[in-house]
Amino acid sequence: MSNPENLKYTKEHEWVLIEGDVATIGITAYAAEKLGDVVFVDLPKAGTSTTYMKICGEIESTKSVGELYAPLDGEVVESNAAVVSAPETVNSDPFGAGWLIKVRFTNLPELLTVAEYKALTGEA
Amino acid sequence: MPQTPLHAEHARLGASFTDFGGWDMPVRYTSDLAEHQAVRESAGLFDISHMAEIFVRGATSPAFLDYALVGLASTIPDGKAKYSMIVDVHGNIIDDLIVYRLEYDSFLIIANAGNRSAVVEALKERVATFGFTDIFDSSDEFALLAIQGPKATAILQTLTDSDLSELPYYSIGNGKVAGVESYLCRTGYTGEDGFEVLFRAESAVEVFNALIKAGAIPCGLASRDTLRLEAGMPLYGHELDLETNPFEANLGRAVKLDRDKDFVGKDALKAISEKPVTKILVGLIGEGKRAARADYLIYATAEVTESIGKITSGALSPSLGYPIAMAYVSPEHSAAGSLVSVDIRGTRLEMKVVKLPFYKRTS
Repeated sequence: MSNPENLKYTKEHEWVLIEGDVATIGITAYAAEKLGDVVFVDLPKAGTSTTYMKICGEIESTKSVGELYAPLDGEVVESNAAVVSAPETVNSDPFGAGWLIKVRFTNLPELLTVAEYKALTGEA
Repeated sequence: MPQTPLHAEHARLGASFTDFGGWDMPVRYTSDLAEHQAVRESAGLFDISHMAEIFVRGATSPAFLDYALVGLASTIPDGKAKYSMIVDVHGNIIDDLIVYRLEYDSFLIIANAGNRSAVVEALKERVATFGFTDIFDSSDEFALLAIQGPKATAILQTLTDSDLSELPYYSIGNGKVAGVESYLCRTGYTGEDGFEVLFRAESAVEVFNALIKAGAIPCGLASRDTLRLEAGMPLYGHELDLETNPFEANLGRAVKLDRDKDFVGKDALKAISEKPVTKILVGLIGEGKRAARADYLIYATAEVTESIGKITSGALSPSLGYPIAMAYVSPEHSAAGSLVSVDIRGTRLEMKVVKLPFYKRTS
């Protein structure tokens, strides 16, 4: 699954979609593939504040636990209830229905471009 | 890192790889949950060629293996298998093994990949005083495939003229599989019926692909781990190690102490068997979806901070839907029904001690 051009990325394998002052955040197909089948996600509730590159949630597969790092400072406005009840969506549609949280951000740090992220993961 | 003869086939099938016992092994092809389910409901195919095959042959081999291992190899009928262990002089576990008796004076031992040299060295050291028995580490010359699941026998039967119904659980026979001379072992590590098929490494690709074509679904080690955990089977490096003896691991039944002759570890194991153990392997189940994983600490209650044990393996059970784990706990907390508190990355989860296995096949 290729990384969409319109998204920003982090070195911790999150993707970020910026729309106005709200960022939608998920994990990349690369990260989902490395984790294996996701069986449990623990996401911050609406109202929780997030800090750049601080852990704000967990994504568990049968084999391991992945951490969700906040890609920006802000406040969670929504977490994806559909993914909590159907965690496998993270594997089947990581860049779409498998989004994890929406954060209203206070400042926008420099994030990776798709080219920079591909260089990081060694994808063609 | 060493690879099995099927590495290129795994890559061609899209596998992700992981280091297991020092080998570059397929962890999954597509989905470890789907592969787990394939074994429970149909038939899965595992490349376990990383495991060690050690042949022990010679006139004194039955007496030698009685001396070298904790169980009695000399009482295994020809064509049958037995689960056993090799321990050090302190009674601690060097490895757990399956011992197959091929003929009166010929045995096949399957050992864990990571323990291959430790087992071979221990056997060679122990054989020195016997004579007339030779140890052959043939691991590099053989491929080993496990086909496991309710449809495994039917699928394998389509590729062999041997009557598989004549090979009951824990037995071994010879036959051709897809035209390749093989040992057919009715053993496994998944809690399902099935076979482990051993044959020369140069035929690995053709046998592997013939089994897939006949309907077996290639499965990686991730699913193998959740399958064996549900079946309550120990994994060396998790439940078993050089700081654990068979009684602590609930494997005392494999230790034959009531015999006149000596075996390596006998004095230590006899002493251990006469005293209460300080830790004991148990099964734990929890509610919710968060798994207690290896090395997480266990407490008597949610309030106390002095641990009474440690998780050795844990997962959200794919077949059962709730968290399961194996753990060592102090004996006073080991009775079925006991409640304990597990620290899951800072949050406590209540878990209940249960009898193993977690999962048992119905047919």
